[in-house]
Amino acid sequence: MQEKVIVELHGVSKNYHNQTVLQNIDLTVNDGEFLTLLGPSGCGKTTILRLISGFEEPSRGSISINGQKVNGVAPHLRHVHTVFQSYALFPHMSVFENVAFGLRCQGAHKSEISDRVMAALKMVKLEQFAFRKPVQLSGGQQQRVAIARAVVNRPLVLLLDEPLSALDYRLRKTMQLELKQLQRQLGIAFIFVTHDQEEALSMSDRVVVMEEGTIQQMGSPREVYEEPSNLNVAKFIGEVNIFSVTVLATEGKTLTVNIEGSEHTYTNKRDFVVGDEVNILLRPEDIRVYDNTEVTDTQDMLPGIVEEVIYKGSTVDLMIRLSTGKLLHATEFFNEDDDSLVYTIGERIWVQWVPGWEVILPEGV
Amino acid sequence: MKPSGPETEKTGIAASIYTYAVYLFFYIPILILIVYSFNDATYSVTWKGFTLDWYRVLFQDTNLWIAALHSLILAISASMAAAFFGTLAAISLFRYQFFGKKLVHGLVFILIVTPDIVTGIALLLLFSLFHLPLGFWSLLLAHISFCLPFVVVTVYARMSGLDKNIFEAARDLGARDLTIFGKIIIPLLMPAIIAGWLLSFTLSLDDVMISYFVSGPGFEILPLKIYALARLGVKPELNALCTIIFVITMSFVVIAQRLQRKQP
Repeated sequence: MQEKVIVELHGVSKNYHNQTVLQNIDLTVNDGEFLTLLGPSGCGKTTILRLISGFEEPSRGSISINGQKVNGVAPHLRHVHTVFQSYALFPHMSVFENVAFGLRCQGAHKSEISDRVMAALKMVKLEQFAFRKPVQLSGGQQQRVAIARAVVNRPLVLLLDEPLSALDYRLRKTMQLELKQLQRQLGIAFIFVTHDQEEALSMSDRVVVMEEGTIQQMGSPREVYEEPSNLNVAKFIGEVNIFSVTVLATEGKTLTVNIEGSEHTYTNKRDFVVGDEVNILLRPEDIRVYDNTEVTDTQDMLPGIVEEVIYKGSTVDLMIRLSTGKLLHATEFFNEDDDSLVYTIGERIWVQWVPGWEVILPEGV
Repeated sequence: MKPSGPETEKTGIAASIYTYAVYLFFYIPILILIVYSFNDATYSVTWKGFTLDWYRVLFQDTNLWIAALHSLILAISASMAAAFFGTLAAISLFRYQFFGKKLVHGLVFILIVTPDIVTGIALLLLFSLFHLPLGFWSLLLAHISFCLPFVVVTVYARMSGLDKNIFEAARDLGARDLTIFGKIIIPLLMPAIIAGWLLSFTLSLDDVMISYFVSGPGFEILPLKIYALARLGVKPELNALCTIIFVITMSFVVIAQRLQRKQP
């Protein structure tokens, strides 16, 4: 089934005083999906939101909402709503009046306003706070009011500009879950902006990784994490160990490289030739660490010394200095084979990884 | 080096004595004036007992009452006009881009620091240039012009303290310019507008210098009347009058301050 496109950006660029903030962006958002724009601050992700909401106009390219071109259409005439990072609640109005504001602007009937506002407040579990002022609510509750105020108008798309960044860790986790549930319940598309990769991975149907005004990769959370299309994406989403090596031999879709003194053969999708420079990427959790008593055959293993041990409860993070001088990040999980995970700084260990879990990228990507 | 206990205590006492001394220097004259307004003696500077006679005399002086009424009418109209135009000016300075915006913004502060005598003579020149007779209208225009910058500054300060996203949120929710102005901007600025209005009211009520240049014989106002009377010698009923003015002005300033501090 062809999914319905609700927002489309085609060849969109944005310049401010000769400075390019967005460069030739092509992006389609499907109806009902949870799309996240992920990137460091200043990468242009908020600008995309402002282009969709109409607070900025693109320097080039076109934007359509629900199949209609909206270039030049004022923000208050577009059927999309924004949840701002600072919540931007109206401080002089009660929670009820805040939520009712959009409906009043549309000239909705009094009884309809009251019904819809209370339904929206119920959805965010704030019915009993309807007649409080925003200043009397906690940060999380204010956030909920901001969400209710936007969704009560039944927008085609809800734009969320780092809505959770002002909340503490625990509350953020709760709100992530609630937002995700709310999005399923409403069935409308959410475009969510964040610089928090964990948040992006855990909430989204699709993640758009951005850097310096361009889209680096688009895909499911699993795709951008497990198959990053370039080094920027790999480095931005999670920790990564990178080995820059030269292809020594190829045979069909396999290639042989020398990593820190030991030869490895991997299969890959790209066609490399002997002499190509490639980067081999390994996530810390792909790396297995063994102590001297656990190993007999060390042929595929690399020797190293534990430099730092970071205990994290469910995992232990290690910094390992290989005998060649290269520093590796490794994450070890507690499991039935290895329930102690006791490492000491300076301990000699062996390192190995499972072939097939690595990502191979050509040099310069 | 960390200051030790007894020494900081000593400097603390010295500092507070110094502070109180400065404040006494400011407020003793006013306190004396208030005390003498209740003193049962016409010329003596010694305390002869408590009386409300001077207030009684004051309330029987019709000429003073007419001047007070004039001042009140003038202060109310000038402060209202200043609050209205000042608010509009502050909002446009904050929200809109226009040619010479920075210059206009700077000129507001220059107006505040311009010596009254310069403003007074300049206005007098202007009025005579346009053949405007000196009286209520000349006074009104003058008072509006020196109150206006205070309103602009107060309202502008409040406006820049507001989260700009609030206005964007309103627009995002479908509000037109007029709705944003009436339902969001004006209610949020109201404390500052009232504060600016009260400040203007007190400024207008006790202005002598500028009014001296632009007033005419047909419209006597209280500060100038007092000024004229005081030149003939300070009578006890003047003390009483000044006490009343002081109390009114003070309460207005206190209300204005409170409103400005009020959270949005």
